[in-house]
Amino acid sequence: MKKLFLALLFVPLLAFAAGTEVHLDKAPDRSRDLAALQNGAKVFVNYCLNCHSASYYRYNRLTDLGLTEGQIKDNLLFTADKIGEPMTIAMRRAEAKEWFGVPPPDLTLIARARTSGSGSGADWLYTYLRSYHRDDSRPTGWNNLVFPNVGMPHILWELQGEQELSPDHKLVLAKPGVLQPAEFDAMVADLVGFLTYIAEPMANFRKELGVVVLIFLFVLFIFSYALKREYWKDIH
Amino acid sequence: MSCDDKVDCGRRRLLVATATVGGVAGVATAIPFVSTFAPSERAKSAGAPVEADISKLAPGQMMTVEWRGKPVWIIHRTKEMLDNLTKLDDKMADPKSNRLMQPGYAKNEYRSIKPEYLVAIGICTHLGCSPTEKFTTGAESGVTADWQGGFFCPCHGSIFDLAGRVYKSMPAPDNLEIPPHVYLSDAKILIGEDKKGA
Amino acid sequence: MGAANTDKYKSDGSAAGGLLEWVDARFPLLSLWNDHLAKYYAPKNFNFWYFFGSLAILVLVLQIVTGIFLTMHYKPDAALNASGIPAAFASVEYIMRDVPWGWLIRYMHSTGASAFFIVVYLHMFRGMLYGSYRNPRELIWIFGVLIFLLLMAEAFLGYLLPWGQLSYWGAQVIVNMFTAIPVIGPDFALLLRGDYVVSDATLNRFFALHVVAIPLALIGLVAAHIMALHEVGSNNPDGIEIKKKKGPDGIPLDGIPFHPYYSVKDLVGAVVFLMVFAIVIFFMPEGGGYFLEYNNFFPADPLVTPSHIAPLWYFSPYYSILRANTVNFFWIDAKLWGVIFMGLGVMIFFFLPWLDRSPVKSIRYRGPLFKGALAIFVACFIILGVLGTMPATPGLTMIAQVCSIIYFAFFLLMPIYTSLDRCKAEPERVTGK
Repeated sequence: MKKLFLALLFVPLLAFAAGTEVHLDKAPDRSRDLAALQNGAKVFVNYCLNCHSASYYRYNRLTDLGLTEGQIKDNLLFTADKIGEPMTIAMRRAEAKEWFGVPPPDLTLIARARTSGSGSGADWLYTYLRSYHRDDSRPTGWNNLVFPNVGMPHILWELQGEQELSPDHKLVLAKPGVLQPAEFDAMVADLVGFLTYIAEPMANFRKELGVVVLIFLFVLFIFSYALKREYWKDIH
Repeated sequence: MSCDDKVDCGRRRLLVATATVGGVAGVATAIPFVSTFAPSERAKSAGAPVEADISKLAPGQMMTVEWRGKPVWIIHRTKEMLDNLTKLDDKMADPKSNRLMQPGYAKNEYRSIKPEYLVAIGICTHLGCSPTEKFTTGAESGVTADWQGGFFCPCHGSIFDLAGRVYKSMPAPDNLEIPPHVYLSDAKILIGEDKKGA
Repeated sequence: MGAANTDKYKSDGSAAGGLLEWVDARFPLLSLWNDHLAKYYAPKNFNFWYFFGSLAILVLVLQIVTGIFLTMHYKPDAALNASGIPAAFASVEYIMRDVPWGWLIRYMHSTGASAFFIVVYLHMFRGMLYGSYRNPRELIWIFGVLIFLLLMAEAFLGYLLPWGQLSYWGAQVIVNMFTAIPVIGPDFALLLRGDYVVSDATLNRFFALHVVAIPLALIGLVAAHIMALHEVGSNNPDGIEIKKKKGPDGIPLDGIPFHPYYSVKDLVGAVVFLMVFAIVIFFMPEGGGYFLEYNNFFPADPLVTPSHIAPLWYFSPYYSILRANTVNFFWIDAKLWGVIFMGLGVMIFFFLPWLDRSPVKSIRYRGPLFKGALAIFVACFIILGVLGTMPATPGLTMIAQVCSIIYFAFFLLMPIYTSLDRCKAEPERVTGK
């Protein structure tokens, strides 16, 4: 009976064999690489923070990445007066809507929000930022394989160069950019690493604390189990 | 705990040990919960030091800046105002400002770094109202006939002089608080911090 | 509460004893303690399945405490802030980032919601395994189903509060279900929302109901559930009444005092539960997208529906039943049938005590018919749950239809197959594991 029961429990798993969507490249893990994250922060502030805010993330939290308040103030603090302020932008939403059709979304949580069955949000961003190609039918002249008809033009095109779509639907580098493809990929990986970090800045601490909590609970388990055994000696 | 026949000692020890570990777990859990009552990052950011530009503050004038949600007064005192201060010493509850309501660098006759500029938190030390300015002297001020200028708290009538010192026999126990501040230049004061560019 | 304990506490002369005597003379402290803990005799053969009742109380307490702390920082406000983010959504991220330790409390609350349903579903399954709903425990069961209903309402209301995309569109879809009710439906949905779409008005009333009204009712029902349980006594894995065999002192021979025996045992259960709970909170707070859904990290946008809306996992079996109704039948259209069957799917649990005609209670002594029926029912319930999280396709809808029919057949055919079943004889006294 139990076997039949267990077998039936596994039936639903078959239903999970659902199709996936676009293939996403795996984003390199930068969560413990402070230098890469600092570089990502620099790229973010220089290229993204003009149109996209990160309005839940405060500048002074960049100290998590090993930067000093002085360094933050001198090199990164462009859109706010005080270091404790969040990464907001000056662009007005109504204007932004006129220019782009939709206001550029806030990017603080983008790496969490873009997670799906196809991959993590980091994978999505990593693939998306490297999948721009020329498309004259679009008002911006750019289109994207991962995000079809995207409103944003290819901001990083000078670095990456221009990609075109080959007849068999593959991306081909038509005009090289300032960076070699491997350099560009590494830079995007840093940026994506930074976006992943700001989506949940406490993530590393959370995991470290979790280990401590589990060890402690295990000790409590040993004691409480011994206590239970002790009392239940009486019961036959 | 004594061990007699009625008390099972092994069991008691185990009970105490489990309760101790459980108690530690309880306290450890309470810490995050109690911590949420502390000021958030937003409150801390709002409480960060503020800069005030005093280049346009004429003698005899006063300006108010907000620091940590509280009014901070900056008063440009005239020579006459400063001279009057010493004459009032015997009317003051704490003329030498011995009770610490100011940073060390402002513990002097004028309760300020530069004599002519007073920087003080405009919150009465009684129950937290903000006193109003009474700079006109004499009976006209509506305070006292020999009024030398200062502040009057509308809530419970405490009066302060132009160094923020409280008069004797007033509800307010202490002189007005002087916040930490520093001159970034002749025209700029940073309120909330003692040192430049920390 | 069993036989009311009329003995009052007598001081042993110490200061603490004196205080206790003073209090006990004015408040039934000792009798409460005895009736519900020290002299509440529970069967000695509780197994693994009996942890989930006390765990449900633990989760309830966790949810209430974390909820109180979240309320101090959360803002039920749909207006957009300067960055174009709804204030409610921004306040959740404020808790996650700016409030000291806010992230931990928020993850405890969001994980706690799912934990509550896991624990309650297992607790209900225990009742079905061992016939805990049957005479004389029908009222305990009815209170329990009411708690389950309220819990669903509480979870649904709370899910709107983060004001993310799925919060918004989930509420939109569920409120619109009520428009299926003939005549009054559309007006009722309007009253529920307080607006023509889900809006700030909806958010504020959901907040009030989530933090005040439903929790109050829940606590009252939980108290009634436990009082009813302690009036008739606990069932056990053998499904026999321990009160039938009492010793000369009037204490059931197979009963042991709840305290200390089950208090120390449940402590172990609680610690194990907390370990699993901590693993989720600290290492996978999104629960793979089931406890915190990824799309809900986008703020609510009333103009754009996400491409795939799935209800929270704990609603998905019922959502599947809703979607499985695709046929207009008689003069009623499929939309209303869906709502009716979804509602019936929960309500039918109320009738379980009277549908079961078996001479025995516990699965241990039941025949193959009930065992098979229960196994198929559980499998269908899980399949419906999985299907509810996936986009509907014609093939999957057909599976959902078959499973929905089996779901209801399990209940409706129960009087027949339980009376035909070949049961084994129940033992006189409780047995071991």
